Amino acid sequence: MINYIIKRIGIAIPTLLILIAVSFYLMHAAPGGPFTSERPLPPQVLANIEAKYGLDQPIWRQMINYLSGIITEFDFGPSYKYHDRTVNEIIGRGFPITLKYGFWSFIAAIGVGIPLGAIAAIRKNTWIDYLAVGVSIGAQVLPNFVMAPLLIIVFTLWLDWLPGGGWNGGSWEYLVMPVIALSTSYMASIARITRSSMLEVLNTNYIRTAKSKGLPTKVIFFRHVLKPSLLPVISYLGPAFVGLITGSVLIDIYFSTGGMGYFFVNAAFNRDYSVMMGITIVVGGLTILFSLIADLLYAWIDPKIRY
Amino acid sequence: MIVANKKKIKDMAENFSESGAGRSLWKDARIRFIQNKAATISLFVLLAIVSFSFIGPYFAVWSYEQIDWNAMGSAARVGMPSIESGHYFGTDDLGRDLYSRVIQGTQISLMVGVLGASVAVIVGTLYGATSGYLGGKTDQIMMRIVDILMSIPYMFVLILLLVVFGRSIGMLFIGIGLLSWLDMSRIVRGQTLNLKNKEFIEAAKVTGVSDFKIITRHIVPNLLGIVAVYATLLVPGIILAESFISFLGLGVQEPSTSWGALIKEGSGTISYDTEWQLLFPLAFFVVSLFCFYFIGDGLRDALDPKER
Repeated sequence: MINYIIKRIGIAIPTLLILIAVSFYLMHAAPGGPFTSERPLPPQVLANIEAKYGLDQPIWRQMINYLSGIITEFDFGPSYKYHDRTVNEIIGRGFPITLKYGFWSFIAAIGVGIPLGAIAAIRKNTWIDYLAVGVSIGAQVLPNFVMAPLLIIVFTLWLDWLPGGGWNGGSWEYLVMPVIALSTSYMASIARITRSSMLEVLNTNYIRTAKSKGLPTKVIFFRHVLKPSLLPVISYLGPAFVGLITGSVLIDIYFSTGGMGYFFVNAAFNRDYSVMMGITIVVGGLTILFSLIADLLYAWIDPKIRY
Repeated sequence: MIVANKKKIKDMAENFSESGAGRSLWKDARIRFIQNKAATISLFVLLAIVSFSFIGPYFAVWSYEQIDWNAMGSAARVGMPSIESGHYFGTDDLGRDLYSRVIQGTQISLMVGVLGASVAVIVGTLYGATSGYLGGKTDQIMMRIVDILMSIPYMFVLILLLVVFGRSIGMLFIGIGLLSWLDMSRIVRGQTLNLKNKEFIEAAKVTGVSDFKIITRHIVPNLLGIVAVYATLLVPGIILAESFISFLGLGVQEPSTSWGALIKEGSGTISYDTEWQLLFPLAFFVVSLFCFYFIGDGLRDALDPKER
């Protein structure tokens, strides 16, 4: 186990470094510097600004500075467009919001998806099975950017139950629609994965043995069926997390929740490279950390996995 | 209906069987595919949508960028779908004909889906086949690289790419294609590992065929079945990614459009009683994606070696 953990961390760290290097390189491959504007600055002024931000140094030096800033002080540097703000401040403002509805979406996807898939598998070929399968196919073609407008039409325009956007400190009525829009498709995928893996487990010989020796259904389910059939779900959690984080970009735009996605897309339109890089790296770091946790969880549950 | 399908499927199967697979296997798969009603109907519907996107422009009264000044700004009153005005699907808020715009969006979205999937399939197949065939240390390193790339949130990198290299449709599909070959390479590698110990590969090795030739002539043709299945499932994924980017306004640029951009426009004006602006593009989008998924599932049932 220890060996596996070390190996796994051995992948995670270079991944993060590659991500930083790639986004750093991309930023510098961009035509024009961050301060090129429609009204060209006098060369002396430009040189001064570049010196202030350290952009006059060779690129490898800049990269080392940037890296050491992140590692030692968790400092992503200044924003190139908003001169009074640092990238850290922007991330600090958006991140808690994204984290909050992201967390609830994750809980909703797992908390509804797994029971739904399990019930569908146990009651195979009944109406609830058909319902679960139907919902999961439907959710595949109704991605978050379709869900979001549909939810607003129904709950804000027709029923007038929920506010159509905003955050308001994250009170529940502002949370409901973002969480539904964000989690539905992952909920459906988790339900589908749970269903098919549980069906596979239910057909194995040891379950037949357990049944024939007269164990009560409850015991069979919780002791013998549940754990092995959750393994594929756990290996899906990594991709699901990436998807949730990606979807949050859209949620922030559509529901004006003001999370990281809002700043990211804004920065994309303003070509504010340092903010884009900072957010990409934070999100990438989170993703890598999360897939690390998911893999370790997998290895802990399934002792056969050893690379 | 069935006749049209048979012909199409036959063409498809013939294309496949040219690459050396036994004929009976593909015939078998074809029969199984036709028996799958959902998949056959989906194939038909999808063909209808594709041909509509090519034939449709001949019936259009307005071009996709032409502005009907009567309808501009008053789409809710003047721009509703009607035969007389020539706006079969109504107009958008700027008075542009939605019928032509939906056709244009369909063309672009399908093109991005197919081209992106092709890039992903070519890169993924070659990478996976090479990795699986060479095995050992090379395989380990190549798959480690895939692991590393997989845990990068690619939508963020894609947006970064689009911003840095300028927003263009070409960049979009290269970016999506280059970032979505990872799954493909894993699947192909697994299949290659199964194949590479077969007798005919050994025979090729013994007769001195080079590694590269073995991969391209003997391994890849035998992978075509599984590649076809996952390519069909990849297309809707790529269309989704493109729509997502376009929905954010970072993808296809005006006056060109795509399903994502049209859905964005339609959902933005939803409170002005112009629901057709959302419903027409949304219907095309949802129906096409459904079709791709059903066809992919049907192909998988027909071709997946696990099922045999």
